[in-house]
Parts: sequence; C-alpha cells; structure tokens
Amino acid sequence: MKLTIALFGITRDIVGRPALELTVPAGQSVQQLLAELHQSFPALGQLRSLAVAVNNEYAQPETELQERDEIALIPPVSGG
Amino acid sequence: MLIELTDRPIDVAAVLQAVQADGAGAVNSFIGTIRNRSTGRRVVRLHYEAYDQMAVHQLRKVAEQAVAKWPMLQQVAVVHRKGTLEIGDVAVVVAVSTPHRAESFAACQYIIDTLKEVVPIWKKEEYEDGTVWVAAHP
Repeated sequence: MKLTIALFGITRDIVGRPALELTVPAGQSVQQLLAELHQSFPALGQLRSLAVAVNNEYAQPETELQERDEIALIPPVSGG
Repeated sequence: MLIELTDRPIDVAAVLQAVQADGAGAVNSFIGTIRNRSTGRRVVRLHYEAYDQMAVHQLRKVAEQAVAKWPMLQQVAVVHRKGTLEIGDVAVVVAVSTPHRAESFAACQYIIDTLKEVVPIWKKEEYEDGTVWVAAHP
C-alpha cells in the first residue's frame, strides 16, 4: 500500500521536502514505519522525541496503518 | 468555546470578551509573548509553524479536558498565532471564566501547560547568525 507522510518543523528540514510517499506492506505498524524512516534518515534518531500522528491523533507503536490514513511525523512540539 | 489558530495578530480584548459569562466571578488569562533572549542568545524574531488541522483538533481536546476537570468552567478561549512574529508580539492567549478565582487559575495553567506538551505547533528561533528549531534536540 502507498502512504503519504506529512512532515513538519525539523523533520521537513531533515528529509528535505514537505511530504514523503512510501510503499509499504499492508498492515505496517507505526513502529515499523518509524524504524524504516530512522534507517533512511539517521538524523531523525537525534531528536528528543518523534511521534506519529494518524488522523489527527497521536498513534501507539502497534497501531496498523491504512492506505487512507492521514499520517504525519511529529517532532518535539514547542508551541506557546 | 473559542478555539482558533491564526496567522493574523491576536486581538487580546476580543479573546477576553469571548469568555464573558453572567455566571462568572473570575476571568483568568495567560498571554504568551515573544522574548528577545533564549539560552543566552539574542533572538531577532520567531517563526511558528503548525499542523493546522491536528493543532485545532488537539487545542479543542485540551479545552474539553479542562471542562471535564473543572465542570464549573463557564467559557474557555484559546487562540494561537502562527507565521513570523516579532519581539513583543502575542503568540498565544488562553482565557477562562469560572464562578470563583481558584479554579480559574488552575484551569488556565492546565490549558497552557498541556498545550505546550501536545499541540503540534513548532517554533524556530531566528538569531543574528542562524536559526534553531526550539527543543528539537536533547
């Protein structure tokens, strides 16, 4: 299945574009996605934290991703 | 409940007006502004970026959690700015109204503290010699 991952803040700088398109096996979990991204972009591993949002909610590591999900990488937030 | 993410200057008086309620004996507010120094460096300006749709959703959740914790809350307003801000600009306004003052302090602090932990908004500090995404690295 194809996933589109929106990138914000420092993750967009690290990857060098505002979104990533990946083809992954069906049933890919959040944890597996993060492992793959860490491998492709080692600088992600230096961040204080890195969360994945699925459909506007913070996702658990075991959450299985679906093709229609709205997915985003969430580096450490700093609003306020 | 007023929840807003905006790229225009925040009208603080309008946010306070939004929490006016006949049952309120207290209005409490927090105003976050842009400071000229950070970790010993002179800050020139700040750039705020948001994941708009999720940020508004999470702001609303934080406000709803506050109402659940303090059911006496009369009104809640949270307005956050995005885009480029200069020193002294208002970045965020939280306002609440309650019958008595103690809960207004607690609810207002809960909202701003939780906002800073969960709402997907990022700031990049601009110095005279470069920029840094705040809190990105340990």
